[in-house]
This record gives sequence, structure tokens and C-alpha cells, in this order.
Amino acid sequence: MCLAVPGKILRIEGDTAEIDFGGVIRKANVTMVEAEVGKWAVIHAGFAIEIMDEEEARETLKLWNEFLSSEGTTFN
Amino acid sequence: MFKYRDEGTAKRILAAIEDMGIESKFMHVCGTHQDTIVRFGLEEMLGDAGITIQQGPGCPVCVTTSKEIADAITLADNGVTITAFGDMMRVPTSIGSLFDAKSRGADVRIVYSVEDAVKMAAEQSKPLVFVAVGFETTAPSTAVPLRKELPANFSIYSCHRVCPPVLKTVFDMGETKVNGLIMPGHVAVITGYECFRPFSVMYDMPQVVAGFEPLDILMSCYMLTKQRFEERAEVENEYTRLVKPDGNPVARQLMDEAFELVDRAWRGFPTIPKSALALKEEHAAHDACRVHADILATTPDVEEEAKGCRCGEVLRGIMKSEDCPLFGTACRPADPKGPCMVSDEGSCNIAYKFRKV
Repeated sequence: MCLAVPGKILRIEGDTAEIDFGGVIRKANVTMVEAEVGKWAVIHAGFAIEIMDEEEARETLKLWNEFLSSEGTTFN
Repeated sequence: MFKYRDEGTAKRILAAIEDMGIESKFMHVCGTHQDTIVRFGLEEMLGDAGITIQQGPGCPVCVTTSKEIADAITLADNGVTITAFGDMMRVPTSIGSLFDAKSRGADVRIVYSVEDAVKMAAEQSKPLVFVAVGFETTAPSTAVPLRKELPANFSIYSCHRVCPPVLKTVFDMGETKVNGLIMPGHVAVITGYECFRPFSVMYDMPQVVAGFEPLDILMSCYMLTKQRFEERAEVENEYTRLVKPDGNPVARQLMDEAFELVDRAWRGFPTIPKSALALKEEHAAHDACRVHADILATTPDVEEEAKGCRCGEVLRGIMKSEDCPLFGTACRPADPKGPCMVSDEGSCNIAYKFRKV
């Protein structure tokens, strides 16, 4: 139920956007978010519930690894 | 970019957990978390690092009561078109399921979103009800059509529930002893996480809002263990790429416009104060409970659980699916006895799907 899937916004027309889920294109309602073409939206039950912070998504893993290294774990 | 599945990072996180040398039991309240945990074999990996994971009350279809499903069946049997998400269709009650109603000629349809249901209503004259289930993740979308003019024959039967009151109930019942909570990321997308802070204060409970990829789960377990190691109990956010501290205000505004909090029973639980969302008075014309009150008054009494079904205990987090005597024998996805075996989010269904044979 709370499954929500990220997809890229291709086109916006009023409340509706075309979303690209890795090649599968579906429409979603974007009333709840600040939709912009090219951004990633997370879609749940036909509605975009939030815009994914792309920069944050890219950086998170890098930061985790740096952090874990500084913790001095046995894996390098 | 969004697949957090790197094995090297997973090993590092697990080693960091193990280094702290604290054994913990963490609870999550989301079927999608359970799916990730079982599908990717994280239970075993975390077990080796001293972490046990327990699913609590977090599958919306599972916590919907038999009474609510019997109401939907009764509407269908009385000439009302019923539309609902697919998971709802096969949940058994002592008067059958929605699919059973369909097989005896009732008009029961699966929809992907509330907007599908509105379109269908516009194309027919007979009454149509959308059976709305889901937590804060889903409730705002049900509210969206209420801002516009709706077909007069369209109404909503709201089974929507909110997350914080059931967590309070779990803690107050005191049956499950957990050392930390993995919080549902897609609920927090809407609510933000300030509303969860009282649990850390009142129950000395570490909490981490988590995403749904394998590394999200592992990292949240690391962050919880770290809080215990440092003797802290706070709300932290692992899912920073999506969840903001104050959530999605537009979505919350939609919920506030449409719904009010009411007391409601949950499967496996007694009535929980202010735990469910009912349509506000101004939407009475599209509230199935009001529009179809005459039909709903005829809903027969139903048993809350089938004989031997232990879904209630599974949902309260005091029994593992595999320990239910019916699991995999009398109760299977093809012939479910309770909702936890029906829904893709139900822990019994997930345990059966990924069981070792």
C-alpha cells in the first residue's frame, strides 16, 4: 500500500503529468508537489507525493561510506 | 541512482553495527519495509549482527476490520458499484470476500487510484463507492477529487487510518518489547517526523525514518543501534532524499480539508481513539456512510477473525507469521484465512512468498 515508485516527469498538463518509470510511461496527478519537467517524482496510487532530491540521492551513499570509514570499521 | 543495494556498503554497515556489540529488537510498521527485509534476506544478515526485526501494525488492508469489509460487501450486494484497490478484494470475512460478492453478480471493480473510480462514476447512473484504505501516504490522494465537483452518484467509504495513535497503543499495551522503531518513510513524506517525537520522549524510544531499499534498512538499524550505544532516544531521518522534517504541507492541507479524526477499531486492537479519518460534514453528499446509511444498517454481524486465524497477534507484533498453526497449511495466498495472507503488504503473504522450501 505504501509502495511508492520514483519516475521522471516528462510532460505536465494541468494537474496531470506523464511519468517515465524506466521506459514505462504512465500518467500521475501532481497536485501535491511542485512538479517540473526533468525532476524525479515519487508516485503512490496514481499521485505524486513528493519530489526526490536528486543531489541528496547521489550524495547519500558517498557520505555514508566516508562516515563508515571514519568509524574505523574492519571493512575498507 | 536510487538503488541502494551496494554489497560493499552493506558489509560496512553490518560490521559497524556488530562493532557496537549491542543486541536489539527493532520494530517497523510498514509492509513495504517487510518486503525489502524478507526479499533481500536482511533478517539473517542483521541477525548475525545481533539485530532482530519485528513487523508491527503496518499493512492498511490487514488492519481494516472485517466489519468494514462486510459493509463494502453489503453495499455491493445491494446494487452499489464497489471500487477498491486490488488487495481488498480477497480478504475473507464470515460472509465471504468482495470477490465472492462479484462472483454472485455484484458490481465489484479493482481501481488503481481514486481518480479511476471518479471517472467510472461519471460514466454510469447507479451509485458507486470508492472503498478508501491506507495511511497518511494514501489519504491525501483520496481528498484531491473532493476539491472539485464530483458526480452525484460518487461516494467514499473511508477506512483511512493514521499512524501515531496505533504506535502509542502498541507501547501502552506493553506486549511487545522493542528497543527502537524503524519509521515508515512514505508516511513521513506526508507527516514529517515531528509528530513522532513524543514517542522518543515518553517511551525512551530511538526512532529512525527509513527508506525502502536494502541499504536504507541496514543504515536505519545502524543509526538506531548508534542511538542506543550513545544512550540517546531521538527521531532521526535516514531517508533524507525524500523526507523533509515538516513533510508535505500541501498533502496535509488536503487531508485537513477532507477528513476529521475519529475513534475506530483496528484488526487485532481495541478501539483506538482518534485513529481513523472520516469525511467531514461538508462532504456529507459524498460520504458513503451517510449516503448509504440505510443499506449499511443491514450489514450482518461478522466474526472479526476466522477460527484459528492469528492475524491480530501478528499485527500486534507478538507472533511471527510462521508460528501461526494455519500458516502454509490451511492458510495460503491461494486460500487465505486472514488479511495478512492476502495483501502484498501482509507479513504472512511475504513470509509465504519468500519462504525457504
